[in-house]
Amino acid sequence: MNTTTTQPPTPGPETGTERVDLRRGSLPRHFPGVLLASCAAVVAGILLLFGTFGFLLWGLLTAAAYVVISVTASARVEGSRKAKDRLVTSLVYGCFLLAMLPLVSVLWTVLVNGLARFDGYFLTVSMNGVLPSMDAGGAYHAIVGTLMITGMATLISVPIGVMAAVYLVEYAQGRMKRIIMFFVDVMTGIPSIVAGLFVVALWMMLFGPGRTNGAAGAISLTVLMIPVVVRSSEEMLRLVPQDLREASYALGVPKWRTITKVVLPTSAAGLTTGIMLAIARVIGETAPLILTAGTSAISINWNLFDGQMMNLPVFIYSQVRMGGAINYERAWAAALTLILVVMLLFFLARMLGRLFAPKVR
Amino acid sequence: MTTTDAPEAAPPPRGKRRIGDVAFAGLAQGSGLLILLILAGVAAFLIIQAWPSLSANTANFLTTREWAPNVREDPAFGVAALAFGTVLAAAIALLMALPVAIGIALFIVFYAPRRLASLLGYLVDLLAAIPSVVYGLWGIGFLAPQLVPVFDAMTRYLGWIPLFAGPASTSGRTILTASVALAVMVLPIITAMSRDVFQQTPQGHREAALAMGATRWEMIRLAVLPFGKSGVIGGAMLGLGRALGETMAVAMILSPSLVISWNLLQSGNQTIAAHIALQYPEATGYGVSALIAAGLVLFAITLVVNMGARYVVARGNKES
Repeated sequence: MNTTTTQPPTPGPETGTERVDLRRGSLPRHFPGVLLASCAAVVAGILLLFGTFGFLLWGLLTAAAYVVISVTASARVEGSRKAKDRLVTSLVYGCFLLAMLPLVSVLWTVLVNGLARFDGYFLTVSMNGVLPSMDAGGAYHAIVGTLMITGMATLISVPIGVMAAVYLVEYAQGRMKRIIMFFVDVMTGIPSIVAGLFVVALWMMLFGPGRTNGAAGAISLTVLMIPVVVRSSEEMLRLVPQDLREASYALGVPKWRTITKVVLPTSAAGLTTGIMLAIARVIGETAPLILTAGTSAISINWNLFDGQMMNLPVFIYSQVRMGGAINYERAWAAALTLILVVMLLFFLARMLGRLFAPKVR
Repeated sequence: MTTTDAPEAAPPPRGKRRIGDVAFAGLAQGSGLLILLILAGVAAFLIIQAWPSLSANTANFLTTREWAPNVREDPAFGVAALAFGTVLAAAIALLMALPVAIGIALFIVFYAPRRLASLLGYLVDLLAAIPSVVYGLWGIGFLAPQLVPVFDAMTRYLGWIPLFAGPASTSGRTILTASVALAVMVLPIITAMSRDVFQQTPQGHREAALAMGATRWEMIRLAVLPFGKSGVIGGAMLGLGRALGETMAVAMILSPSLVISWNLLQSGNQTIAAHIALQYPEATGYGVSALIAAGLVLFAITLVVNMGARYVVARGNKES
């Protein structure tokens, strides 16, 4: 603990037997709200007067005026401790608003720029036979690739991840358990590009150099996805009440039947939520797919094991690398598609989690 | 962490071992071990494939800046400039993100209206859901042009600091812009970890501080921050690990060059991850192997940072 102690509130001259006015030296309750509103109004007025109105400037100046006035007022009326408290309160609110700026900005720019090309044509046509600078073509091949690659990654990671979580919760004990949990945590931190390089290295040994295909991409995503699935499944399995397991054992049900018939069904909703969040995380991964699935596929490829496979994130990246205006439009539209998919997964996962959360007392 | 304590594995029912039990237990254990195997495999395959280029390298791998491995004979390459750029970009990102993340965590736990708190926390989590390639696109399409006038002003008024010496880049595609994007990306990670520990501050400590007449800030400074220190440090290190390994935002935003420069407002520098992504499609000769060697360095750096983070967090949990 910190050894500095706070000063006791300085006793006023009227303490003791005399009556103390408890309201003395505090600003009215509505002071912050009123001050903020008047600051905003005054700043807006001044800016309009000078004809330099901008929302960011307005927000910044309002905040600055508010902080300065409220802290000085509080320091004079309430004393320096309360003033410091008000300053920190303003800063903490400011931090949160600051973090919302990029969120709103990213979503807004993607929406505005993406809508220019985002239509049925874009979603159903590939880039086959389209020169990069032509006013045609779409992302259908990339959507197909994303679905195939992410689908395969999910099919591999989910059984491994869930079974590893079952092992950690139901079987593992002592040292082995700690070691695996530690390395799962460490594995969450593997940079995605390293996962891509791992598959490049593996593929070079298995099939020789220069072989890129969808399966390689899926394996690299698996490396990134497994630890996420393990962590979330583990938490869900731990929420299953011990009573349920014991009731099952008491009926003479073997352990593996208990797990498959009692534990897993009870936590099914939570597991699904975790898996969907894991999918949402890897579906936007770009770096490993640049290395493993290739950057130059232009046509629809349904075969994971043959040839390069385009996908949405790499499509965005390669269009940006081409650099023309039309390429940027395609990139923004693809970004909008990708964000919509991710958000959909994210919201569905949250809804599922909320609706079917296991009832724990 | 919010997980409740583990129900210890129940004792197996008595009686003879059933075949189903043995098979299922084996399967579960196999999955657990497979994870260790994959992690070991990542390290092993990277080392095996990096070896040819490292042994053929005519320059010192750790101190050379040049990158010329795309030849059949006598490649010369090193990661000095790349490692410098990686650490620089991640450090600046962390410097910007850490105070804001602590502020957000405090806001959500202690300041926000109770009903809104979980919704607001969810909004911060949304920042983590946006794919990195979209951040990259936002970085070149929106952030970099917006920052150009800011950079100009910085060189004019702060140009005497070597970090901000002019002339500023006219495209805004500098290491500082990339760091801003990285900061946004690591923000939710640090916030989540800090939130977790702040929420666990013992109710007694907080109420004791308030009962002594402490203001809210004094309560946070005396009770919450000392308690949450290890969690915040752990979260910061996890964020650092993420920033070190982040590829796309840097690869798309920064206009790179293999120099070691402290100047943040001019184009230059490069990170390992972005270099790999940009060079891989054109790699020939020893190129791929050399990039794998660079990836190995990145893997080692992030592994150390992440293990350190987990160690700090675990020790903090034990103490409390």
